[in-house]
Amino acid sequence: MTLRDKTADETPRSWVRAVLYDATIRGWVFQGLVLLALILFAVWVVHNTAANLRAANIPFGFDFLNMRAGFDISQKPIDYTLDSSHAQAFKVGLLNTIIVSVLGIILATIIGFVVGISRLSRNWLLARAATVYIETLRNVPLLLQLLFWYKAVLSVLPGPRQGYVLPFSANLSNRGLTMPRPIPGEGFEIVMWSVPVAVALAWAIARWAKNRQAATGQSFPVFRASLGIVVGLPVVLFVVLGAPLSFEIPELKGFNFAGGMVVHPELIAMLLGISLYTATFIAETVRAGILAVSTGQSEAAFSLGLRPRQTMRLIVVPQAMRVIIPPLTSQYLNLTKNSSLALAIGYPDLVAVFAGSTLNITGHAIEVIAITMAVYLALSLITAALMNWFNARVALVER
Amino acid sequence: MRSNTFKTLLLGAVFLGAGAVAASAGTLDDVKAKGFVQCGVNGAGLAGFGAPDDAGNWKGLDVDACRAVAAAVFGDPSKVKYTGLSAKERFTALQSKEIDMLARNSTNTMSRDTQLGITFTGVNYYDGQGFMVKKALGVSSAKDLNGASVCVQSGTTTELNLADYFKSNGMTFNAVVFEKQEEADAAYDAGRCDAYTTDASGLYSIRLKMTNPDDSIVLPEIISKEPLGPAVRQGDDQWESIVRWSHYAMLIAEEFGVTQANVDEMKSSENPEVQRLLGVGEGVDFGTPIGLTKDWAYNIIKGVGNYGESFERNVGEGSPLKIARGLNALWTKGGLQYAPPIR
Amino acid sequence: MSRIETDTVFVRRDFLEPEAPPASLGGFPGWARKNLFSSPFNIAISLSMLFLLVWFIPPLFKWLFVDAVWTGDNRDACLPKGGETVGACWAFINAKAAQFTFGSYPADERWRPALVMIAFFAGLAWIAIPKMPRRREGVWLMLTAFPVLTFWLLYGGLGLPVVETSNWGGLLVTLVVAVTGIVASLPLGILLALGRRSKLPFIKIVSVVFIEIWRGVPLITVLFMASVMLPLFLPNGVNFDKLLRALIGVALFTGAYMAETIRGGLQAIPKGQYEGAASLGLGYWQSMRLIILPQALKIVIPGIVNSFISLFKDTSLVMIIGLYDLLGSIQRNFSDANWSTPSIAPTGLIFAAAVFWVFCFSMSRYSMYMERKLNTGHKR
Repeated sequence: MTLRDKTADETPRSWVRAVLYDATIRGWVFQGLVLLALILFAVWVVHNTAANLRAANIPFGFDFLNMRAGFDISQKPIDYTLDSSHAQAFKVGLLNTIIVSVLGIILATIIGFVVGISRLSRNWLLARAATVYIETLRNVPLLLQLLFWYKAVLSVLPGPRQGYVLPFSANLSNRGLTMPRPIPGEGFEIVMWSVPVAVALAWAIARWAKNRQAATGQSFPVFRASLGIVVGLPVVLFVVLGAPLSFEIPELKGFNFAGGMVVHPELIAMLLGISLYTATFIAETVRAGILAVSTGQSEAAFSLGLRPRQTMRLIVVPQAMRVIIPPLTSQYLNLTKNSSLALAIGYPDLVAVFAGSTLNITGHAIEVIAITMAVYLALSLITAALMNWFNARVALVER
Repeated sequence: MRSNTFKTLLLGAVFLGAGAVAASAGTLDDVKAKGFVQCGVNGAGLAGFGAPDDAGNWKGLDVDACRAVAAAVFGDPSKVKYTGLSAKERFTALQSKEIDMLARNSTNTMSRDTQLGITFTGVNYYDGQGFMVKKALGVSSAKDLNGASVCVQSGTTTELNLADYFKSNGMTFNAVVFEKQEEADAAYDAGRCDAYTTDASGLYSIRLKMTNPDDSIVLPEIISKEPLGPAVRQGDDQWESIVRWSHYAMLIAEEFGVTQANVDEMKSSENPEVQRLLGVGEGVDFGTPIGLTKDWAYNIIKGVGNYGESFERNVGEGSPLKIARGLNALWTKGGLQYAPPIR
Repeated sequence: MSRIETDTVFVRRDFLEPEAPPASLGGFPGWARKNLFSSPFNIAISLSMLFLLVWFIPPLFKWLFVDAVWTGDNRDACLPKGGETVGACWAFINAKAAQFTFGSYPADERWRPALVMIAFFAGLAWIAIPKMPRRREGVWLMLTAFPVLTFWLLYGGLGLPVVETSNWGGLLVTLVVAVTGIVASLPLGILLALGRRSKLPFIKIVSVVFIEIWRGVPLITVLFMASVMLPLFLPNGVNFDKLLRALIGVALFTGAYMAETIRGGLQAIPKGQYEGAASLGLGYWQSMRLIILPQALKIVIPGIVNSFISLFKDTSLVMIIGLYDLLGSIQRNFSDANWSTPSIAPTGLIFAAAVFWVFCFSMSRYSMYMERKLNTGHKR
């Protein structure tokens, strides 16, 4: 009774209290305040920037992208001349970033898996060597390693006239690895297009084989068949069409090799540094993934009569992959982002070309940095999305 | 949410901690208030122009430009604080008032002078771009460099001139571009490139740092005009005049034989030009109208010396660089250094 | 006959000493057989590894120690003379040691950073070693009094001559950037992690966007932003130190990574803890402060140490924006005309690598040790 009376006394204030202490309302008010603070902060920054640019008489805008760049880039995967625009320079830089990232990811994955499995090897020497490699390289800054590799590559390789002569008219010197450049002839695009066709065909066969095995129990050598199709079809077409491919052989002219394809020492050093460094992290991921599969799984597989190799391929690896893939994704992203250190050793990646030369020449700091950051953000988000999709496919389907 | 409250707080605290000065009337007042000139110099260190010695004291022709301004303002050339800047940062640092003046072997070009919100106050070194090559290549002229790999620092006028030169001579080349000068130097030294290009003055100083300086030669061609000079922000005419005339005072002093050693004796000179320079005589005061004292130029010469002395000490015969005066001789001796009269 | 008379009994009264296993199974040969030569494949691997080691280790050892130059005053000491090979040029490191540690900090004032470093490592040992007394007080001291004292000692003022940050360099800058970065990123990381797990939609979105943006871009672009864009964002005439700008960039960047580390810890706290806190009538901030964060932060100590390792390695990037950290000041001295010889660059890089390695390796061991220790504490 007394209690009820007390509340009754406070009726006029109770709804105020209710509103004041209501979690939902408080939440919204709080969020409103934060939003307000954010907007004020943004306005403040934009206002300051605009005032600074006005005071300094710097125009803001993206017109500079169409201006003539006028500088040279050492590695040009697409057409680029001194008369190209800054926008074209941006594309060259972006492609170079993608080239080094993709090659780096492939190399790092191979090295990482080999080392990660080696670390679990029963061979004492191999396991120790893998451990020493991992513990040494992962604890030293990548930038330092890149500088080291660049110095090492340049000091080991001789000048272009004394370069090592390799098979197929290739030559390795401190100007890089020069190779004949393939020039596609008439009908070569048919060969190119046959590759995705072959892949699709292989996929269809794998699907058919799986269904047949589920239905009848008969197995089918899917891997060998797929390999045969994916490699065979383009090769057969290539031969049938009369080998529509010629090569531009590099020649030593004056100081350097002219013609052909060149893998510059900067790219070689980048790949060495970035893949050896990232591989240490991938190796640890792989080791953890394999250890995460309980021994009961392999024992069960053996008792079913699977051979060790089949056990690895059908039982251990698929389960380990589930543990490996999420951290592997972040390592790929790290590698892509770390490729920006290229500018320290003169590899013309996006940061070196665009946030380097273009920024310094045009002076449009805000626009250039914003575009560069947006590109990396987009690359990160795309990679993350792809890997999430892949991860969802291999994820354990819970009952 | 809170994070951003926090961020605002953090930024606020940072502003307080930065000891920043709010925008005020002019750079001179700011400089006088804080008691020193904040001068942007070459962060990587370019021997002869701006580089710290073993004791960490900045030395060089560009550094003397800063010291001259400090001497003019405070009567004391040591009242300078230096900010080492990269090629990328230098103009932003000036625009954002991080520094009061920039003396970082920067080339005066039309776009820089007009589009970046800065003004060049003169030319303290007439330079031109040149090439350095390894002797072993047997190259004697830049015209022989067709097909060469060239190491160059990014974002400099050098990078663009290089491209223009090869294009206009119908030659091809392969640029290996580095963000920092040290890296470009090292790559050339390691044999990555056939040639190295930068301002000719820089070539001599960089050549000294090579593992074997005698293995490299500087080619005779000068492929561009590189008038290097100090710069200030646009829109502060008084400060611009001070920086401009600090340089002129050093030139005039050289022209009339006023040196660091004899400046006190020269005060009694009968030459009206010298009297006007040193602020001697009744009503001779050119300093006050630009916010300085009447003995502003006397202080410069007493503290830093005349242009010729500064040149010899930093880049000329008195230095390891041993660069000849050439274009940088006074106009009376066939060079380009010419100062308007004080009158 | 005589045989009967003897007392020889053909029953043993005591045990024989166990025989050593056959030579092929025991000792080193046995071990080697089991661990190195168990199958043809293993033999091939072992032999190739041995070959690699023999090919790699002796020349390295020779270069590092035997052929190395230990003393000298300038490049002449490290120049190859008359056919002999010259290894590492430790004389160069020796001559520049002070510069690599303090940069161009004035010689008379170098006791200040030295004192700070000693105090820092002593304080770190105090709070990092579990058996030390009064660790809680130690943490508070390190987070409050130590930074103030450090700032005073390093920068100057109040009786000490001011040393501009442009004179700081070497290991000093590396430590300042790494330690400030991690300390500043902790509160930021906690707030962002809480924000990301918040039930308030807008707060959550803001936190997610903030975290993902910084995590999606390379540190070098963040540093570029801090060095060339930040000045333009501030009101006209307000600007601050280059080192401070880099620190802001590093703190924002690390804060986003820290948020994800801490979020992992928050997710590991059983739901019962949240419910228990709520049932005690604790509000959001109270339950976070008193119940959740103390547990979550304890779990993520190894994660925080790992973040610190990454950050410590990443500090080397500040050399790209023209600050002279350990690596930067070493690289800068490669072009010292007094010392330039072919061997100083590898020597300097190996020296820098060794310094970074010692720091990072010991921290990673500490992180693993804490992980084991914390794991046992949480098993039920």
